[in-house]
Order: sequence, then C-alpha cells, then structure tokens
Amino acid sequence: MTDRGAPPAPEATAVEHFDVEAVNKRESRSLYVATKKIHPKRVKGTFRTLKWWIMGLTLGVYYISPWLRWERAGSAPDQAILIDFVNQRFYFFFIELWPQEVYYIAGLLIMSGIGLFLITSMIGRAWCGYFCPQTVWTDLFLVVERAIEGDRSARIRLDNAPNSVQKAFKRIIKHTIWLIIALLTGGAWVFYFADAPTLFIELFTLQASSVAYGTVAVLTFLTYALGGLMREQVCIYMCPWPRIQAVMMDEESATVTYREARGEPRAPYKKGDSWDNRGHCVDCKACIAACPTGIDIRDGQQLECITCALCIDACDTVMKKIGQLPGLIDYDSLANIDRKAKGQPSEMKIIRPRTVFYFTAWVLAGLIMLVTILWRPDLDINVLRDRNPLFTLQSNGSISNGFTVKILNKVHSIRTFAISVSGIDGMTINVIGASGTGPSYKPLVSVNADQLGTFRMVLNAPKGALSADTTDIQFLIKDISSESSTDYDSVFRGPKK
Amino acid sequence: MADDRKIDEFSGVETTGHNWDGIEELDNPMPKWWINIFYATVIWGFIYMMFYPAYPLISSYTKGFLETSERTELAIELEAVKSSRAIFVAKLDAATLEEVRNDTDLFNFALAGGRSAFSVNCSQCHGSGAQGSFGYPNLNDDEWLWGGEIEQISYSITHGARNTDDDDALLSDMPAFLRDEILSADEIKDVANHVLKISSQEHDQAAAARGTVLFEENCAACHGEDGSGLSDMGAPALNNGIWLYSGNLDTIVETVSNSRAGVMPAWGGKLDSATIKQLAIYVHSLGGGQ
Repeated sequence: MTDRGAPPAPEATAVEHFDVEAVNKRESRSLYVATKKIHPKRVKGTFRTLKWWIMGLTLGVYYISPWLRWERAGSAPDQAILIDFVNQRFYFFFIELWPQEVYYIAGLLIMSGIGLFLITSMIGRAWCGYFCPQTVWTDLFLVVERAIEGDRSARIRLDNAPNSVQKAFKRIIKHTIWLIIALLTGGAWVFYFADAPTLFIELFTLQASSVAYGTVAVLTFLTYALGGLMREQVCIYMCPWPRIQAVMMDEESATVTYREARGEPRAPYKKGDSWDNRGHCVDCKACIAACPTGIDIRDGQQLECITCALCIDACDTVMKKIGQLPGLIDYDSLANIDRKAKGQPSEMKIIRPRTVFYFTAWVLAGLIMLVTILWRPDLDINVLRDRNPLFTLQSNGSISNGFTVKILNKVHSIRTFAISVSGIDGMTINVIGASGTGPSYKPLVSVNADQLGTFRMVLNAPKGALSADTTDIQFLIKDISSESSTDYDSVFRGPKK
Repeated sequence: MADDRKIDEFSGVETTGHNWDGIEELDNPMPKWWINIFYATVIWGFIYMMFYPAYPLISSYTKGFLETSERTELAIELEAVKSSRAIFVAKLDAATLEEVRNDTDLFNFALAGGRSAFSVNCSQCHGSGAQGSFGYPNLNDDEWLWGGEIEQISYSITHGARNTDDDDALLSDMPAFLRDEILSADEIKDVANHVLKISSQEHDQAAAARGTVLFEENCAACHGEDGSGLSDMGAPALNNGIWLYSGNLDTIVETVSNSRAGVMPAWGGKLDSATIKQLAIYVHSLGGGQ
C-alpha cells in the first residue's frame, strides 16, 4: 500500500477546491448542536469499486438467502435458512437446532465477536467501513439521492433553493424510492421466520399475521429513518462500536491515515508552482467532501471515522491530476508512519501477538463448534426425579420413586424406545399410562418425529433392596429399530439407614 | 472526582470536571435530534396517561380513554383458553374413566388438568406432591382408606368424608375406647402393643399377647383379624409401615383412646364433573392406584 510506483504526468491545469468544513471542527461545537447536513461527493477509485462489490454481495445475501430451498425429510420445512419460532426450530442448510442447543448461537456470536476483534486489530474498522448494514444501506440510499438530486454541489444548491414544484417533485421521488427500498428490506426480514413463498403471497393477499405486518412496518421505518435520514448520526451517537474498537487497535493496526510528513505544510497549488518547501497536500478538501461522516482525516484518528477509505480514492484522484504519487491518504499504521519519519524501512506488521491470539481463539471456537455440530446426537434424554415426595413407602414395604423422563427424538420419523433402569435388584418400572410391569419388563414408548416425549414413571425397589438412603441408578433408552441408545445417571432415594 | 470544569486543551471542549485517574470526561453537546426525541417521549408519556390507567385517586384511579384493564384482559384470555379446551372437556365429560385411560391424548389432558386442579384445591392438606402429612393421607402410596380404584377415588373426591354438606359422605366411626369407657387405659396399652407387633415394630411381648385377644374382640370386625384393614368400612390396614397418624406407641394409644375423625370436604358441589374426573385420574396415576 505504500509503494504505488512512479507518479503520473500532471493532466489538469488546476485542482478543484471545495468550500467545506469538518463538522466536528472546534469552532462549530456548541451546547446543543443542530445536525449539519453532509453531502458526500461521489468518488471513483480502488476502494469505491471494492465497496460496490461488497455492497452487491451483502445486499444479495440478505435479500436472496430466505428464498433458497433445501430438501428435508418428513414434515420438516424445505427452506434452507429458517428460524421457526412456532415450532421452536432453527434450520440452516444441513444444520437443525432445538431450543436446548441455543449454545450454538452463543458460539456463533463468540466467533463473530472474536472475528471482529481480529479484523479490527489488523485493518481497523473494516466492519464499519465495508460490511455494517448501516454503511451498506446508507450507501444504497446515497446512490438513489445522487441519481435524483445530483452530486454534492447540485444537492447543496437544491437544499438552499426556495421551495418550488420541481424541488418538491425531486424530494417526493427520492423519499418514495427510499421507502420502497425500506419496505423491501423490512419485508425481506420476515421471510427468515416463515416459509418465504407462502408468506410472500399472504402478505399481498392481506392474510399474513399482524406480527408479520408489524415487523415489516417497524423495520421499514427503521431502514428509512436510519439509512435515509440519520446516516452518520447513527455511527457517531448511537453505535457503541466506535467506543469499543479503540481497545482492539494498537499502533500497528492499519487504518486510513493522512501522511502528515508528506502532506504538510499544506498550501493551494497551481500548475507550474514549485513543490519546494511545501507538502503535497494542496488543501483542496476533496477528502472532506467525499467523507460520509463529514470529517477531516487530516486532523488524525477520530471516533467519527468509519474507515470507508473513500477519502483515499478522492485524494488519489487529485494526486494523479497534479502529477504526484497517490497515497497521501492511505491505509497505514501509526507505528509505520513513525518508522518512516525516522528513516527506518516501512513495514506492515499484520502478524503480532494480539492478532495471533485473536486468530487462535477464533479458530479454536470454530473447531469446537464444528466438532459439536458434526457429533450432534439425534437422541437425548433428560430425567427429572420427583422431589416432593422424595420417596414413598408402599404397604408391602417396598419403596417408590417418581420420575419424569423426557426423550428428544431429533429425527424426522417416529421412533419407539425401550426403557430400562439398572442399579437395584428386582426394581420394577411402571410408566404411567402404559401397561405392564415386573422385574424383566421393558416398557416401550413412542416419540413422534422431531418431537419431545414426556413420560412419568414410578420405579419400585423391593423391601430390603436398598442399602443406603441414596442409590445410583441408570436410565437407558434404546431405539428398538436402530439400536442407537443413550443413558442418564440418576439416584433412587429411600429412608435414612 | 473534583468538580473542576475547564476547557480541554486538545479539543477545545469544556470538561464535566469529572476526573478518573487522569482521564477527563468531555462535556460534548448532544445533537438536536436526540433532545427532540427526549421531548417526544415526554409528549408520548402524556398521551399514554390520557389513554391508559395512570394515576391513583382517593378511592379509585384514572381509567384512561381506552378503559383498558388487565383484569378484563385476563378474563378474556382465560375465556379463550377455556373455549380452546372445550372439545377435550366435553369428550372427558362424556367418557367413562376407563375410556379416558385408553385414550392417550385425553389421558394426558386429564393428567395435566388434574395436576393443576390438585394444586389449587387439594395441596393445602395433601401437600403439593400429594405426599400428605399427619392426619392427611399420602396419595402416592398404595394404601387407601376408601379404596384405590379410580371410581373409588372419584367417589371420595365427590362426597368427601365426615362432612356435614353431603349426605353420601364417607363415614367411619371408630369408637373412642377410653373416653367411651369400653377399654381401660392398661387394656388400650396392650392393644397398642399388639398393633406394634403386627406392624413388625418393637413391642412388649407380654402386653402384645394380652392385647391379641382384646384386638380380636374389639378391633378385628373392622380392621380384620390380621389387621389388614377393610376399605369398605374405611378401616386402615395396621400391619404395614404406612400410618396416617404416626405408628409409635403413644400415638396409637391416643388414637385408640379418643378415636380420630378426619374430615374431607365434598367437592361434588364445588367442582364440575370433568375436573373431578381429572383429579381422580391424576391421583390414581401418582403411583399407588389400583
């Protein structure tokens, strides 16, 4: 990033200067501040192109994902990604999760968190600048605004122009398109929670639930308000990430930086002027004009900077015009700038103890997730013993304990299980609602496809079989057709000995 | 944390005067829209107060234009639950207890309803787990004063025992052998020792031998010669480890001397027949049902 080859030949006679100030300039701060409208100027360049691609990718993933199909056995839904609140299931392609397995979601959040730390410690707020929905949708809304109202100067003119039919017309068109985008965004969200094609038809035939309409309405409003009206205010005032990111970054983290040593002292430039005794910054303020949060990157690292890198593109364009090397504003680390100032070789230290630690933690979390997903059992058992009463003395002197056994059948077909309990000689099982008993009797219970079966059972230990007030016992359930089985350790309580 | 407001040199912003280990807090201005949202919430608060119950008055409260009340909402929700259960309740009402036992869905519905009705109506005496206590029978075991078949349990719940509300209430009348001067205190002690003997507890052999004859003459008619009880008479078994009023010598002597007469209300007039069916099925399923 530091070496960009030989400077091009100057091609323009004069550099355009912009009448713009940084919104967070010292002089413009007062007790309660009215929001200053920012009119980001369109730029062209490497990073703008990269951002177009990422925008296409992220919007594509968001809008298309719920429409992907994935064949599943039995009555399970065929939607690839589905959060089914009604039936309490989460589907993601080949993965299917029950509410009991919510720790996978926790694992995913941990991975996202550590991943964010890793990226931030390496290349700063790349999340903010490229991937954050707030950035992506604001960018999208800006595309619409530019298409209708023109670029920066045209928009400023329009804002200052007296009210007219033409102005109102442009505004109405712009807000209508914004609202349509917002509606599509809010609309797409609900498709993750129900069968998308069905819900799509229901939404238009007014048959969808009020929850669906409510969610669409709220998200439409939020998309419109946050992406169209609030924009950088969200990043600066609402989002906690700008505050948190500071602890993930250090002096070796690459971030969007103004190379002060090269740029200063800044001064306006006309073709033919000498470059002696001055910096390369021509104070054209193209960087401020392009900035979506309206700041001046030359003031140094700031909370408002989302590192979208558009100022790099803006500055590089200018540098090309005036026949200088690009990269006056560039991705660089503060330590590297220091090194260059001292005449030491330039070097980006991506691999540092911090990044190695984050990467290891991320890989470790990922591996644990992968292993647990791959070895996820399709059968689970939970045994709750009655605590009130702990045990019951029967008339023949035997002791009974009550248990509630829950069997989770995570397969898309009905299964029948044989239940047996070991640990006490001559113990009998009586499943409430089922018939049969006796020492060698193994009750059979059926659990429907993809369901939880709850069974209450009373175990009875014959008189004299207990040698202590607590005896370890083990429940064993065995699928009678596939031989897959699982067990659960519990205890049998009796009177104090 | 000294209150020492000053202008921060770097940013030119006034500090709040709060200083934590050298880190000072800037008193940056809030954006106008933020303040406006604050005002909007205040206005929203007033609107809310007009439409919803808000302020206490001396004997009442402001009801609001919408006149909403969580009591009414609860009543509506309960009504909805009731109507959603109506099919099952009707089915339960029509079915015999045996039919219910053979229908898994209906049986599970009855169990769940029975558990809930038990908590509300029965747990005060019989305990939340139906484990009973001194004078209140444990319903988990297989000893039943009045029979442990599901129909017998249903009868016990419907009519209760020794109450004055129901003419068909279960009634057993054990004499107070000392108070009614049927037996002397010493004789009662002998009988009690016999009871200890047949329930396999430590006892005075000589007294128990004397008590055996007295038991046959006075007690066996109801409790049986071997003390195994008779549920038709409401006479409990005395030859096992299950006791309604504890099985030690003193308590047995007290029971024989002054008799016991535990009362259970008749639920027939208080609960509908479907609920009583549910209760009977639930109690029967606890582990001791016959």
